[in-house]
Amino acid sequence: MSRQLGDGHRRFLQTMMGVYIIDELKAKALYQYCCETFKMQCAADRLDEFIETINLKLQPMFMQVRKGMSEENGHQYYALVNTAETDITRMTSDYADNELELFRKTMDLIVGSEKGTASSTDILNSTDTMTSKKLKKSETEHLLTRLVQDKWLCEKRGEYTLSTRCIIEMEPYIRSMYQDQVKMCHICHNVAFQCQICENPSCGIKIHNPCVARYFKGKMEPQCPACDDFWPHEIPEVRGLRSQSKK
Amino acid sequence: MSQRKRLSNTQSSSQNKRQSSSSVTQEEDEDATFTQPSTSQVQRGLEKLTPAQVDQKTAEVVQYFLMKDQKKIPVRRADLVKYVVKDYRTIYPEIIKRAARTFEQVFGLKLVEIDPKHHMYILVNNLETATSRAAPVECPTNPKMGLLFVILSVIFMKGGTVKENLIWNTLKKLRVDPGQKHEEFGDVKKVVTDEFVRQKYLEYLRIPHTEPVEYEFRWGPRADAEVSKARILEFMGKLHEQDPRSWTQQYREAHATQNSS
Repeated sequence: MSRQLGDGHRRFLQTMMGVYIIDELKAKALYQYCCETFKMQCAADRLDEFIETINLKLQPMFMQVRKGMSEENGHQYYALVNTAETDITRMTSDYADNELELFRKTMDLIVGSEKGTASSTDILNSTDTMTSKKLKKSETEHLLTRLVQDKWLCEKRGEYTLSTRCIIEMEPYIRSMYQDQVKMCHICHNVAFQCQICENPSCGIKIHNPCVARYFKGKMEPQCPACDDFWPHEIPEVRGLRSQSKK
Repeated sequence: MSQRKRLSNTQSSSQNKRQSSSSVTQEEDEDATFTQPSTSQVQRGLEKLTPAQVDQKTAEVVQYFLMKDQKKIPVRRADLVKYVVKDYRTIYPEIIKRAARTFEQVFGLKLVEIDPKHHMYILVNNLETATSRAAPVECPTNPKMGLLFVILSVIFMKGGTVKENLIWNTLKKLRVDPGQKHEEFGDVKKVVTDEFVRQKYLEYLRIPHTEPVEYEFRWGPRADAEVSKARILEFMGKLHEQDPRSWTQQYREAHATQNSS
C-alpha cells in the first residue's frame, strides 16, 4: 500500500474541510466515491488506512482526521480536528473573546452536571459572572444558535449538550482542564457526559448510554461491571445504523 | 492559543481599517517596506533556524490561508508578513514556497497570486470537479454562489463589461430585487458590490465622465482563476437550447483560456 497521497485522498480531505464531521457510513461512501473518481484502488475495510495516509501528511500542519463515538447514538464518526494546542484553537478565528468565554462557561456547566447537559436558563444566568464584555440576553441566544449551527453544541428542548464534533476535537483539552471532574466511560474509556451512573456511592462509575445498551444487551439482571451492584437504570435499545443515511 | 488569538484580533482590526482610505495607504506603505529577500539572504536566514522552526512557521502560514479561504477573503502579503511571518521575514520566499507545495500535495489546492502589484493570494481548487456521479457527501455550498454565477454569466456573455443597471434588471427578472432585503442573501446590493468585490470575484468600477455617476461590472481575478468559462457557456447553451459554439466569440475565449486556468 503506497503511503503517497493521491487526488482521492485530497478530495476526501477537501470534503472534510467543508463538513468537519461525518458518520462512518458516509465516510465509507465518500471513500469509495473518491477512489472511483480518481481511479484508485479501494477496499471496503481500508478506510482507516486511507485516513491514516492523510493524517501522516496533515500532522505537520497540526491537523488530523480523528475517530470518535457519538454519545447520542453510539455510532462512529470522523472529525477533522486541530491538534495545534489543547485550547479551543479552531474556534478562535470565528468567535470573539467574550463569546469564547461564554462557551467555556457552558462547558463548565455541562461538565459539572450529572447528565452532561446545561439548560438555556443556566447558560443565560452564567453571563452574570463574565469577566470579559458581558453578553446581552439576545446576544447569548444568537451565540447559542451559532454554536449549534457550527456543530459545537447540540440542543434539545432547551437543553444543551456537547456535540460529537466538540468532544472528538476537544477531548484532550477537556481531560486536562477538568481533570477532577470529568469521568471516563467504564466500557469505552472515552470521556463521558451523557451517560448512566452507578448508584452505589462508593462506586459511581459512568457508562455512555449507547455503551450501556451494548453492554447489557440480553442480560436479565444487569449488574455494574465495576462493583457488581444492581444496575437500576433503564437499559436503552441498541440503535442500528440509521436508515436515513441510505437515501 | 494566545498567539493565534492575537492573530485574529489584529485581523479584525485591519479589516476595520480597510474602510478608511487613509489607513489603506498606510498599509500599502508597510508593504512597500517589505522587500523580497534575496536568495543569499534566505539562505543565511535558514542557516540560523532549526528545521522544526521553519516547519512550524509554514504550518502557521498554511492555517492562516485556510482560515481566510473559508470566507473567500484574499490574503495580502503585507498582512501575512505582519501577523504571521513576523520575525521570519528574511526567509519569506522559502516559507511561501513550502506552503504552496503543501497546498498542492496535501490539500489539492493551488496558491495563486491574483494581484502582483498589491501581492494578494488566493487558493484555487486543483482537483477536477466535474464527475460522472454525485458525491455522497456534499459540502454545504453557499447559496450566494448561485447569484454570483448568474452575474458572471451575464458579464461574460455581454463581452466582459456591463453597466450595473443591466445586472440589477437581470436579477429583478429572477425575483431578486437589489432594493429589497432578500431572505437568503440579505442586502443583495451589498453582497454584489461589496462582498463579491472584496472576495475578488467581481470588479465594480466607476465609469469615467458620467453624470449622474454610473458603475460597471467586470470579472475579478478570483473569478478568472476559479470559474470555467466553458462551463458557463455550456450552462447558457442548455438554458437557451442552443449549441454553445453558436456564440463564436465567447466560445473562442472560453476555450482559449481554459488550458491556462
